[in-house]
Amino acid sequence: MDTNAPHSMGTTIIGVTYNGGVVLGADSRTSTGMYVANRASDKITQLTDNVYLCRSGSAADSQVVSDYVRHFLYQHTIQLGQPATVKVAANLIRLLSYSNKNMLETGLIVGGWDKYEGGKIYSVPLGGTILEQPFAIGGSGSSYLYGFFDQAWKDGMTKDEAEKLVVKAVSLAIARDGASGGVIRTVIINSDGVTRNFYPGDTLPLWHDELEPCGSLLDILSSGSPEPMST
Amino acid sequence: MGKVSAAIDQGGFNFDLCRRNEMLMSKSGFKPPTYHKTGTTIVGLVFQDGIILGADTRATEGPIVAYKNCEKIHYMAPNIYCCGAGTAADTEAVTYMVSSQLQLHRQATGRESRVVTAFTLLKTHLFGYQGHVSATLVLGGVDITGPHLHTIYPHGSTDTLPYATMGSGSLAAMAMFESNYKKGLSRDKGIKLVCKAICAGIFNDLGSGSNVDVCVITKGKTDYLRNY
Repeated sequence: MDTNAPHSMGTTIIGVTYNGGVVLGADSRTSTGMYVANRASDKITQLTDNVYLCRSGSAADSQVVSDYVRHFLYQHTIQLGQPATVKVAANLIRLLSYSNKNMLETGLIVGGWDKYEGGKIYSVPLGGTILEQPFAIGGSGSSYLYGFFDQAWKDGMTKDEAEKLVVKAVSLAIARDGASGGVIRTVIINSDGVTRNFYPGDTLPLWHDELEPCGSLLDILSSGSPEPMST
Repeated sequence: MGKVSAAIDQGGFNFDLCRRNEMLMSKSGFKPPTYHKTGTTIVGLVFQDGIILGADTRATEGPIVAYKNCEKIHYMAPNIYCCGAGTAADTEAVTYMVSSQLQLHRQATGRESRVVTAFTLLKTHLFGYQGHVSATLVLGGVDITGPHLHTIYPHGSTDTLPYATMGSGSLAAMAMFESNYKKGLSRDKGIKLVCKAICAGIFNDLGSGSNVDVCVITKGKTDYLRNY
């Protein structure tokens, strides 16, 4: 077991638009080879007050790209005099990803709300393509969700329906993908602002062949996965 | 003469000798020199008053113990210390470099160094070298904004956690932490837990051993307990 293997986020990330905003969701597992380096990571990072980013692929590459884009957007917001649009954020991500496509290995989903277009989701996968979609999935766990979304996705959902869909989808992916796990984090962005939610493993529904957790050490510990401190 | 100095001044890595090395290795009987690797257990945790860092003290060169009592908790600033695992030279060099940069920054700003400053300097340096600088670090400190604990990997990715373990003995130490960690531990309980975790690494991992170093950082005071 190689603890010096590059940190990769074998992940499940999802972004979904609903009537009035977007819901972003992700699992929380960061793996180094077969070892879980961080079981409570936060893969949904803030770019601006109204735009968030779901990261997958190499942890280092995605962190550096998001740091650069956050910096550029901060300058852009000052120069523009109003909040940046989701389209601009997504395109900045795309410019970095495409120009450095040989060096980077990161799949990103940009989601947010602005006053011109409302809630929007943009997917920027490995090569640096940009795709505006009503919903986007990414990461290793997304392979198990294509069929699910084909069936379960509806246009014009409410906020609660969208969040339930995201949580259900991430928990299904966690059940089948070894590289996804931990807790589910969601971020809801709309005209009223941003809401972060946290779903520890024991609140999630059980799927086929999954057992009720019982007598596990986790029940004895005072808290579940602690929230990481933010810098 | 001018051409030679231009080549040296370019900076970055010089891979000219790689082909020669490959050729030498293909000739039987030639063994390249090994380097000091700290097969290690390093840990850090947040307790109620600040941060406690812990490390073992064994440095290995392949299967031989090169140095029985080496210092793996490196000084970065009076209020910031950094444990290093991986290649000893890399961890020493990187932490020493950032520690000097922090001192210059302190002199320029006239303020106590912040953990995020060291964090960003280390992260940017390691990402730039794309994992070739084999330094895995647990950075902890207390500054004006509070206690901070970060882990930094050779490729430049980072995590911010309430408790962290790294190195070859990290699995054994993490097992200790996962079963015993609680938020808001007292200083004594925290030190005991860190020792337990390092000892778990020392007993169950061949790459770790010898003594336990502990460093307790609180607001305004740092205790470096060497060979606790």
